[in-house]
Amino acid sequence: MKRKFVPWMFLLLPLILYTIWVIAPTIYTFYLSFTEWDGLTSPQFIGLENYKYLFDDPTFYKSLINNLKWLIIFLAFPVVVGLFLAMLLSQDIKWARGFKASIYSPMILAPVVIGLIWSWIYQPQGGLLNNTLTYIGLKSLTRGWLSNPETALYAVIGAAVWRHTGYVMLLFLAGLTSISPTVIEASKIDGASAWQRFRFIILPLLKPTTVIVIVITMIQSLRAFDFVSMMTRGGPFNSTNVLAFYMYSEAFRNYNMGYGAAIAVILFLIMFVFIALYLRQIRKGELE
Amino acid sequence: MELTIKQKKKIRRAAIFTALLLFVLVWLLPVFGALLTSFRTMDDLMNNGFWRMPEKITFKNFGTAWSEGRLNRYLLNSFIITIPSLIGTLALSSMVGFALAKYKFKGNMALYLMFVAGMLIPFQILLIPVFKLSNELGIYNSYWGLIMIHLVFQMGFCSFFLRNYMITIPDELSEAARIDGASEFRIFYQIYLPLSKPALAALGTLEFTWIFNDYIWALVLLRDDKLKPVTAGLATLKGNFITSWSVLVAGAILATLPTIFVFIFLQKYFIKGLTMGSGK
Repeated sequence: MKRKFVPWMFLLLPLILYTIWVIAPTIYTFYLSFTEWDGLTSPQFIGLENYKYLFDDPTFYKSLINNLKWLIIFLAFPVVVGLFLAMLLSQDIKWARGFKASIYSPMILAPVVIGLIWSWIYQPQGGLLNNTLTYIGLKSLTRGWLSNPETALYAVIGAAVWRHTGYVMLLFLAGLTSISPTVIEASKIDGASAWQRFRFIILPLLKPTTVIVIVITMIQSLRAFDFVSMMTRGGPFNSTNVLAFYMYSEAFRNYNMGYGAAIAVILFLIMFVFIALYLRQIRKGELE
Repeated sequence: MELTIKQKKKIRRAAIFTALLLFVLVWLLPVFGALLTSFRTMDDLMNNGFWRMPEKITFKNFGTAWSEGRLNRYLLNSFIITIPSLIGTLALSSMVGFALAKYKFKGNMALYLMFVAGMLIPFQILLIPVFKLSNELGIYNSYWGLIMIHLVFQMGFCSFFLRNYMITIPDELSEAARIDGASEFRIFYQIYLPLSKPALAALGTLEFTWIFNDYIWALVLLRDDKLKPVTAGLATLKGNFITSWSVLVAGAILATLPTIFVFIFLQKYFIKGLTMGSGK
């Protein structure tokens, strides 16, 4: 009888705190999304009004599409390049450790720090990018990378890609070490080409790692807030706005808390698809 | 002339090595660029451009960012917020991890999955209620508001991580201790916690950089400039020194020093943490 309570002795305090700071707030945001609230007076229940407004809101769609672009670029560049780098660096190459450390070093920098440094890189006057272009004779390509609505989003994503690629590479490197060398040796003896070896042996064996990488990448791209806030604040003309930042600016700059809550709920529901995928992967691992 | 297999291999390796070297040099250009810029004057940069020999090397930008830019205060705040959050979250999560790893009970799997889900949710779903809660508890605009949200939110990842580590520690130890009459808490405290040191080191390193690098919570839960951690401080710095990029970049470098320090000395743990934490 007493043994039954033992785990709860350890869980009680953590669970109380977790309920107050994480679980209850999540539920409360759902409730707030059905209200109009300026943060001072008490919230007024307005039913689905926020959502109706949301689905007619061009900024909402703009942010959603920007999130989508962010996601596609994140899946293309960091995942593909990260895998490629991991394949190269898992071989016996001189200075491999130094190369690895250099490639993932941006990860330890705060997104805000990277945002600041890359804002300088993109500066129209005196910035590294325009300076380099001028120096190598491509002056015609120089522009205000962050002030031009055509390039601003890609410029911001570029900074985020720089931070994320090394992480992906690390995850793939860890996945590669778990592949037994005898499998690789056997395929070499059987005369498989390097590409065949990659396509038909390594890639299938990397599948669990790949699933995790893709889910983490998707979640990271939807969490994008710091880069946008530091580099462009969503501008110019919402060209770099994303849901995470739009929610913040509605709730904490315009004090439309109810509307902000509705955006948060949509963001949460989109992310929940990926979270569910992740949970499924974890459970699969548990059952094995 | 026919090349032997060995020679071919050698040439291939050399080619890969050269390609990687070039890639890494370009990859690190923002770092070198930032370092060089922080030691130059704005006039020099504007007149000569980046790719010219600097007229002179100056440390003034760092001094300006440090005192006028108040980086000294911001960095101190970052430590005041990060260290208690880190200790608190590790303490509570190791209890959760232990309970989930070592006891069979109804709801064990559900709780585990809840913590995993909790570590992945977007902050946006919590921002407004936690802002309101902190106001009502009187910890809005204080270190405590930030400490509490970091401490509690990071429990998601830390519990997940420690549970998966502790589950690999064999049960024989605790059974022997139980026969000797040790209490459950002593088994946790004197057997499992010391055996989890490698996991705690990896996790601590990782969490230190994560909490230290937080920006959005500082934005939402603090108003006074004198309480801001260095991430939010950099945003203020950007507003105040908008045209002095050499000062801004110097500030960014100063803001990074603690995490770079952690990275250089605890790199092994950091990487172990990242790869261990990604799920098996």
